[in-house]
Amino acid sequence: METLLTNVDWAEIGFASWDTLVMVGMSLLFSVLIGLPVGVLLFLFGKRQLLEQPVAYAVLSFVVNVLRSVPFIILLIVMIPFTVMLIGTSLGVAGAIPPLVAGGAPFFARLVETSLREVDRGIIEATQAMGANVRQIVFGALLPEALPGIIAGITVTAITLVSYAAMSGVIGGGGLGDLAIRFGYQRFQTDVMVITVALLVIFVQVLQMIGDRLVLYFSRK
Amino acid sequence: MIVFDQVQKSYQVGGRAIPALHPTSMTIDTGEVFGIVGHSGAGKSTLVRLINLLEPTTDGRILIDDEDITGYTAAELRAFRRKVGMIFQHFNLLSSKTVADNIAFPMKLAGIYSKTEIRERVEELLARVSLSDHANKYPSQLSGGQKQRVGIARALACRPTILLCDEATSALDPQTTQSVLRLLADINKELGLTIVLITHEMDVVRRVCDRVAVMDAGEVVEMGPVSEVFLHPKHPTTRDFVFESESVDRDELQEDLQKAEGRILRLTFKGDATYKPLLGSVARESGVDFSILSGRIDHIKDTPYGQLTLSLVGGDLDIAMQALEAADVHVEVLR
Repeated sequence: METLLTNVDWAEIGFASWDTLVMVGMSLLFSVLIGLPVGVLLFLFGKRQLLEQPVAYAVLSFVVNVLRSVPFIILLIVMIPFTVMLIGTSLGVAGAIPPLVAGGAPFFARLVETSLREVDRGIIEATQAMGANVRQIVFGALLPEALPGIIAGITVTAITLVSYAAMSGVIGGGGLGDLAIRFGYQRFQTDVMVITVALLVIFVQVLQMIGDRLVLYFSRK
Repeated sequence: MIVFDQVQKSYQVGGRAIPALHPTSMTIDTGEVFGIVGHSGAGKSTLVRLINLLEPTTDGRILIDDEDITGYTAAELRAFRRKVGMIFQHFNLLSSKTVADNIAFPMKLAGIYSKTEIRERVEELLARVSLSDHANKYPSQLSGGQKQRVGIARALACRPTILLCDEATSALDPQTTQSVLRLLADINKELGLTIVLITHEMDVVRRVCDRVAVMDAGEVVEMGPVSEVFLHPKHPTTRDFVFESESVDRDELQEDLQKAEGRILRLTFKGDATYKPLLGSVARESGVDFSILSGRIDHIKDTPYGQLTLSLVGGDLDIAMQALEAADVHVEVLR
């Protein structure tokens, strides 16, 4: 075992794992905080929906599409000046979070929009017939009914952010990806590469499992 | 009282106005059960949604207790909708809320009820629809009939004066339909609230409605008391509905009539006349012999009625006709 993993510095792996956890956790938090309202607005502004607004929908949809169509590796680089302005640095864990949110939030917003569209129109109609206003329809009926779908969306977003976070190692973002690139790739330390990849796989598995459990718990259908 | 004054509705499809409801005027009285029957696409769904303005009108006025609701502001409309309960073909319950929370939902939205008020009202309503044991279940754990009873309890939560039923029994089996209709009839009687129900089944109308409007292609083609419309349908669409509900094959009926001898009469009677041993005595008095070609004895809401098609041979037909008419039987000579 020791001879197989000569290059592996377990303390380093531990720190890197923690960094990945922080990057994913923080960027997931902000992606949800931004993506959820944007997703709700996308849904409400959509065709034949409660607040049908073709122009607002087109603008919002365009921004989301642009952010989603830029390959993340490019987004990482493009975002550097903005990140520096926002955080003071584009390096390390903190520097990776803004581009991660820029990639994660629009992705999550679309997932929210889709799961809201899956809610039976009849439920919206029934709630309207009770005299609810738009805010009450959103918070009282739409979001609770779409909750399992939204949780599934959070899971998918979290997993996407794990791979994005690993990519951020390229621009010095820290975490397991950074370790894999600096040691596994640039110094040909295959054992480090294998360990980091294995940890990422475990991380994704655990996230998926938690997500599935939560979806099941909140599903009443 | 619900008054439609030249109400009109059309949809804009690709820049053209497609009419869904031609200018319609009618009055639905307070406390009655008013049925709207029509095939799918006849405009009945649109019509019922105009009453709480889930569908905005294109033209005309809708007066509810003498107030024109088409002029309401958004806030006034929301307040008004709390006084109009609605139930749906597919129930439209919130799957994420328990039965009790579904019933409490409109009260919570109204924001004017205390927690105790809501709890007591929910308990009372659960008992009313016989679902007290199911308070903490989720809709997915209930049968169709139970779901619709939750729908009814929810619609009644804020003590509405009008209840709109959108094909409320169309997704239910015949037995469940019967129990849901009975519940609606009881509610109408006990609470005195006005019920407007749309359906494509004449049978539903026959069981609970006081008056009925028949719709065809966005127009009300016939309207009147159920017994009148049901027993003496005038418009072809109405006749279709009545025949459908009696599962009479008209071609077969024609064939039977061809084979029969003598005169053919259709007798229609309702109320007390239904139970009188009339045919025998009329036959004796007039000396006619009769045979029954088709017939049905049933109820329209609470009133018994019968409709018989007879062929009469021999005797004095005029005396027979007079005797029948004297006994409050409507006689129609078919041949």
